[in-house]
Amino acid sequence: VHELSLSSAIVNTAAKHADGRRVTLVSLRVGKLRQVVPDTLEFYFEFQARGSVCEGARLEMEVVDARLHCLPCDVEWAIEIPAFRCPTCGGSEVEIASGNEFEVESIEIETEENACIAQK
Amino acid sequence: MHRAKVTVVEEALDANNTIASANRADFDRHDVTVVNFMSAPGAGKTTLLERVARDVPGVRVGVLEGDVQGSMDADRLAHLHVPVVQLNTGSGFGGECHLDANMVRSAIPALPLHDIDLLVVENVGNLVCPAEFKIGEDARVMVCSVTEGEDKPLKYPLMFRACELVIVNKVDLLPHLDFDLEMLLYNIDQVHPGVETIVLSAKTGEGIEPWREWLSRIAARERVTA
Repeated sequence: VHELSLSSAIVNTAAKHADGRRVTLVSLRVGKLRQVVPDTLEFYFEFQARGSVCEGARLEMEVVDARLHCLPCDVEWAIEIPAFRCPTCGGSEVEIASGNEFEVESIEIETEENACIAQK
Repeated sequence: MHRAKVTVVEEALDANNTIASANRADFDRHDVTVVNFMSAPGAGKTTLLERVARDVPGVRVGVLEGDVQGSMDADRLAHLHVPVVQLNTGSGFGGECHLDANMVRSAIPALPLHDIDLLVVENVGNLVCPAEFKIGEDARVMVCSVTEGEDKPLKYPLMFRACELVIVNKVDLLPHLDFDLEMLLYNIDQVHPGVETIVLSAKTGEGIEPWREWLSRIAARERVTA
């Protein structure tokens, strides 16, 4: 259950950017290669958020497809099974174009004024 | 009360990675190469360390033992007279299923960094979680054993991709098993094309020399690049 540690990392990242303000929504981008179970993550997030500025916040997840890029062939393709060789040339000079993400994309916070919040 | 969106775009594990970098800087300062040693429970990590820890040519080895509970593995290594430090992850839910950078950081004061060249960190037995958390290592090694099934690389790609050496252990059992070694090696290559593999038996000692040489080589490589 790395979701426990991962959810604590999410809470800490969100809290850092919230700067003491109350967080109502955390938007996350999770790549398919990260082996994260969304329901489990949500469960632990609720638990880890208790007592922090994220308490009661909703966790929103965008799942990012796994895509590979072959450098010699310069082709890109999506994978559903973990095969990392290029289907065209069979080579291994393949880089992950997407699918490794585990990032807090944005948070929604409560504020006194109806103003844009500039990020420092 | 209004609501406002704040753009963050930050890797959630940045905090862990920052601590991992600090660990690595401490290790580098002492010219200590660090190997993160990972596998499923019971794949043979401790036995593989017993085999070589005392005798890597020109390299003084130390071990950091990560376990949820207890010091059984550290006790097993005690007779080798190499420095062994125990790190238990037990707290809260009965113990974390992996080591993270902060846990390793907490163990650094107990490590005799002046007296070792190579620190092998035996992670908690688990094929999922340890792959997510850098601890400040120079290299990652994973062990899979022939009792685990040929499909494991396809089920745990993150782990098989995270390492630069895959050890296939317990090959002495092959005559007793319905196990296709070629299929396992093919699956490893699909998930992590070109990754170095060593096929061995920690029990009989077959294939142990390449493992010893690999440790010697990795320590030398890091000394050159440091």
